[in-house]
Amino acid sequence: MDYFLSEEQKMIVEIARQITDERIIPQRAELDENDAFPRAILNEMAQADLFGIPIPEEFGGFGGGCLDIVLALEQLGRGCIGVGTAFAASSLGVYPILIAGSQEMREKYLSDVASGRKFAAFGLTEANAGSDASGIQTTAVLDGDEWVINGTKQWITNGGEAQIYTIVAITDRSRGARGASMLVVEEGDPGFSCGPKEKKMGIRSSSTTELIFKDCRIPKDRLIGRKGTGFITVMKTLDSSRPGIAALGLGLAQGALDEAATYAKQRVQFGKPIIAFQAVQHMLADMAIQLEAARALVYGAARHIDAHPNDMSKVSSMCKVFATDMAMKVATDAVQVMGGYGYMREYPVEKMMRDAKILQIYEGTNQIQRNVVGQELNKEYGRT
Amino acid sequence: MLIIDKDLCIGCGICESSCPFGAITVVDGCAVVADGCTLCGTCVETCEPGALKIEGAEKNAPLDLTGWSGVWVYCEFRRGALAPVSLELLGIGRRLADTRKVPLSAVLIGSETGDTARQLIAHGADTVYRIDDPALAHFTDEAYGAIMTSLIRQHTPEIVLAGATAIGRSFIPGVATTLDAGLTADCTQLAIREEDGALLQTRPAFGGNIMATIVCPNSRPQMSTVRPKVMVALAFDAERQGNIVEVHAEPAHLATRVRVIESVVSEEDNVNIQESDILVAGGRGLDSAKGFTLMRELAASLGGAVAATRAVVDAGWIGYPHQVGQTGKTVAPKLYIACGISGAVQHVAGMQSAETIVAINRDKDAPIFAVADFGLVGDLYEIVPKLLTEIEERRKS
Amino acid sequence: MKIIVCIKQVPDAKDVRLDPKTNTLAREGVQSIMNPYDQHAVEEAVRLKELLGGEVTVLSMGPPQAEEVLRQAISCGADHAVLVSDRAFAGADTWATSYTLAKAVNVIGAFDLLLCGKQAIDGDTAQVGPGLAMRLQIPYVTCVQKVRQATDSGLILERMMDDGYDVLAVDLPVLLTVVKDINEPRVPSLKGKMRAKKVEIRRLTAADIGADPACIGLPGSPTQVVKVFPPEARCQRAVFTGSLDEQIKQLVDSLHPYL
Repeated sequence: MDYFLSEEQKMIVEIARQITDERIIPQRAELDENDAFPRAILNEMAQADLFGIPIPEEFGGFGGGCLDIVLALEQLGRGCIGVGTAFAASSLGVYPILIAGSQEMREKYLSDVASGRKFAAFGLTEANAGSDASGIQTTAVLDGDEWVINGTKQWITNGGEAQIYTIVAITDRSRGARGASMLVVEEGDPGFSCGPKEKKMGIRSSSTTELIFKDCRIPKDRLIGRKGTGFITVMKTLDSSRPGIAALGLGLAQGALDEAATYAKQRVQFGKPIIAFQAVQHMLADMAIQLEAARALVYGAARHIDAHPNDMSKVSSMCKVFATDMAMKVATDAVQVMGGYGYMREYPVEKMMRDAKILQIYEGTNQIQRNVVGQELNKEYGRT
Repeated sequence: MLIIDKDLCIGCGICESSCPFGAITVVDGCAVVADGCTLCGTCVETCEPGALKIEGAEKNAPLDLTGWSGVWVYCEFRRGALAPVSLELLGIGRRLADTRKVPLSAVLIGSETGDTARQLIAHGADTVYRIDDPALAHFTDEAYGAIMTSLIRQHTPEIVLAGATAIGRSFIPGVATTLDAGLTADCTQLAIREEDGALLQTRPAFGGNIMATIVCPNSRPQMSTVRPKVMVALAFDAERQGNIVEVHAEPAHLATRVRVIESVVSEEDNVNIQESDILVAGGRGLDSAKGFTLMRELAASLGGAVAATRAVVDAGWIGYPHQVGQTGKTVAPKLYIACGISGAVQHVAGMQSAETIVAINRDKDAPIFAVADFGLVGDLYEIVPKLLTEIEERRKS
Repeated sequence: MKIIVCIKQVPDAKDVRLDPKTNTLAREGVQSIMNPYDQHAVEEAVRLKELLGGEVTVLSMGPPQAEEVLRQAISCGADHAVLVSDRAFAGADTWATSYTLAKAVNVIGAFDLLLCGKQAIDGDTAQVGPGLAMRLQIPYVTCVQKVRQATDSGLILERMMDDGYDVLAVDLPVLLTVVKDINEPRVPSLKGKMRAKKVEIRRLTAADIGADPACIGLPGSPTQVVKVFPPEARCQRAVFTGSLDEQIKQLVDSLHPYL
């Protein structure tokens, strides 16, 4: 379908496609097998200006919007959502600075991230605070001109690989949700370390670690925005980033459909290529239909967010749920179409199915997303 | 330019499909030529009604060709040894010289060449111009080119041949440019045209998909680089007589702006795949770099060398010097065994002049089987070990 | 460092297939691409620019649509693009092509380094680079596989030989032809692509470069194609029968002359 992309958007697609086809696809199985972080590929993306897409032009970025980043992530996701996640997490890590950081802070960090000289990571989740962010235990206490941070963040993407970490900590427990703040921690800050790499079911090329703070001392001016605005910044950050996760789902599903359809044309059983059998045709047709419906929703949501930045929660959640549930379904069906071959590591759909599951879990589970949509509906219908 | 006679053109479209450059289209029943035309002349040959011709091809002032006589062969000498292609060139050079009833001369440039000049005579040369100087121990384009250019100017041969090797294809183009001579690269056939004695130089173009025969009607000498292993050397004949002419290199010719600091022989399989009679080549079907252990085993058993496709060189399984194909080397061994190679056109371009091609691939529809003399469909990891055992047994019996 | 890179637009070999029935080239859907070796030449030029400063000019001789490969080079980091284009250039062999490019280089002006791909994959001659250097009276090095050291006055290079490689030192100006081992060409950048879209490509005709009509195109080419024909069908196509073991025995029988 023609989605009437601008010239610049077509360029983003071309570049991301080239990186995916020439760099990611030939390496993805090996990266997955070895849990290897795709440093060289990320450097190549940086050289191609992809890290600059969401960063304003004054900091050397491209000043792109939600749809621009969605288009890039969709292509990357077609190759490997592990690599796509490592890339997306760096943007996620600087969104808080973009959304709420002071001019000095933006100047200090954004151009390094736009150029890919530095990677970023976002630290919210803890052992007892996942979907329920009010369970956060990590604290930051002002001591003279320094914040002293204590606590442990869990399952942080790009942990150990990033140089810039934006984290959430409680600065005033008595104020509840208004007692949380966001801070920037840099690689090498005293008292800050990362745990070992977690072993995961999928997206194994991305790095996931704990962030450990033991009397970690950072300068006072590392506070992002005003004290106590942490949760608002987190919500805005996640609202902005969710369509990107949806886009990874689109890409993954496209890759799975490509593999399954190509296979179905080549595989001969009972004297015919299996694509000639209606049972297989219907499966492929459903995969294609769901994928295109999801793409229309994600692109539509991204355009809405670009036009109405203050009204993004509902559409952002809607597209994340729909596209990632679709990706899981399409990847599972791709394995089914390919039968025993699909189950083998030699063929890429096995990895795609393992990878797809995380899309329904991270950046807010799909159950939480439905809560968001439901609560928005409750509000909308309450007004009438 | 290409002239299309609108009255004669019947719009059949044969020229359109024959054009290697896609420069002809049939519009409203008549052929139209676009900017992509290189005047290669393929279409003119195929046009039944004779509606196409190339005009403006005549040189303004034809050169006086009298005074250019004799066939010359550049004999490559490096690290104390003669490149095998040199003897092959003397073989074809002898034939051309006999047809033209002119002498055959060899040019030997290097240092400490020993009795090499005698060998060249025994393999067919009438005269050997020997330039033996310590300053020529290392090949440089400038010194070798200046000496060659000066000798050609002095003795005016009608034909100059050199091997299409790294050295030949490097300095000969410079020589030809300085002499304003036509040069045809990587020839696989050479013959003399009966009517005017011109050298017919045939070479593959478009990755071997078409052959082109080329002449140099108005320039001398007619120069060619010749693909190794295609021409046949004459047997060594110790009785053959010939002169050795010592030539002293002029100091000006030895001064070079490029300095050789060191000359390194590749450690990894020190073998030039272009000079090997037997090649065992591996492609993606090997599944990993480890597959080349098996390839080396088979190559060792056959006394051959290991070659590879671009895909596996790009994947880092083996070094670039082993790459056969359009962006690698063109080879013409006696036996080429392609293992796990699908047969992409770029690869086939580099190996289709092999005498015998064997393909081993698990995909029976792989295009490699279309160019193979012998094909085996199956898992190469099952076939190659069995093949090794069978060869061993055959040798014992 | 002022660098000029000569590039050529060629048909993509991966699309070129031989029709097994008619033995002609099946050209349907054949894309035009930048000659693969030239991509490595552009990349090396951009890397040297990033290392030493300066600018990179890409030069192509070809039909107007060759602009595409010039724009591609800009998107990968080249600064300026020049297209020498004239119907009078058609049919040029390597002698006439090196003459034309040398004239164009003289119009572009001073340079320190000229880079070319080792050869173009449509002609496979590898003759234009050396010819161009001779006309410009500068030294040349073919088949460069690595630039070990680069300064504003000279280079230390590795040149691929049949049996290994030579390490060479050379002063500037010099012309190099490169093989693909030299580097991994980069993916174009977003900013590069945007610049490539807008950049003005300088167009030069035969008259602009002051070319002698007797030295360009078909009239200026000492070599002339007299015949084009399909290669002889070469294969014997023996078919083996029986079990795999039996087939292997038959193969070894057939390979007897080589054992």
